[in-house]
Amino acid sequence: MSGSQELTVRDKREMVAKEEKTTPGRYFVPSADIHETGEALTVVMEMPGVDRNRLNVSLENDVLRVDGQIDFAKYEGMEPVYTEYNVGHYSRSFTLSNKIDQERISAQLEDGVLTLTLPKAAEARVRRIAIT
Amino acid sequence: MALFPDPFDALVGLQQALDSFRASDWLRSGPSAGGAYPPVNVFRKGHDFVLITELPGIKKSELDIQVNRNTVRIAGAKEVIYPEKASLHRRERLEGRFDRAVSLPIEIDADSVKAEFHDGILALLLPRVERDKPKSIKVN
Repeated sequence: MSGSQELTVRDKREMVAKEEKTTPGRYFVPSADIHETGEALTVVMEMPGVDRNRLNVSLENDVLRVDGQIDFAKYEGMEPVYTEYNVGHYSRSFTLSNKIDQERISAQLEDGVLTLTLPKAAEARVRRIAIT
Repeated sequence: MALFPDPFDALVGLQQALDSFRASDWLRSGPSAGGAYPPVNVFRKGHDFVLITELPGIKKSELDIQVNRNTVRIAGAKEVIYPEKASLHRRERLEGRFDRAVSLPIEIDADSVKAEFHDGILALLLPRVERDKPKSIKVN
């Protein structure tokens, strides 16, 4: 599919939080893909500018919360003259319906893309039933 | 005066500064009409310019950057791969080709351009050629 179509610009979505943040500054919602196989649920999120030390992933009461902070110290001493997008931290949370094996969650961050692999707990895994 | 600068104030200041230059007509001529992918931010740093753009999920090897006089061209392709036999619950990431040229109002010293690509962010340091730098004129 790649190479066939032009990429289009999509404006960053600003986060509308259920609970309020106590720190000033705007947060954005990272674009996400979620897909599921028999063994695991995978969440892929685009968080450009976030490095592994500034990323926080937590799972509590079936709510998966991802928080990524950008390092804006790099912008010091630079004066904007033309801008098309704004920068800010990223935050997004998901409510998981499947039983997840919390001990085996793995996270991988590459080129600004976070991939979370959430293996299903044994009892939630798909079993193929043989018909006899 | 505070002993340490408050990092949160710094972020709010940056966000406000970025907002106030949104959609300014600074890049008016050339093939650089705004709205093309990838969106860019341009900063001034002394005599030089810095162009920053977000390219999450794009491989360094897939990027093609060219600089000619006052024009920067950023081209490449982005691929989003799903495993086979996976059912998709949500699909927000986009894929495809891009090719964008941005014309700046300065002449760029193409030989000393530096490109950095970290965590999905491309930063191009675009130094101004010596003869294009402003000269101070003494009033006699």
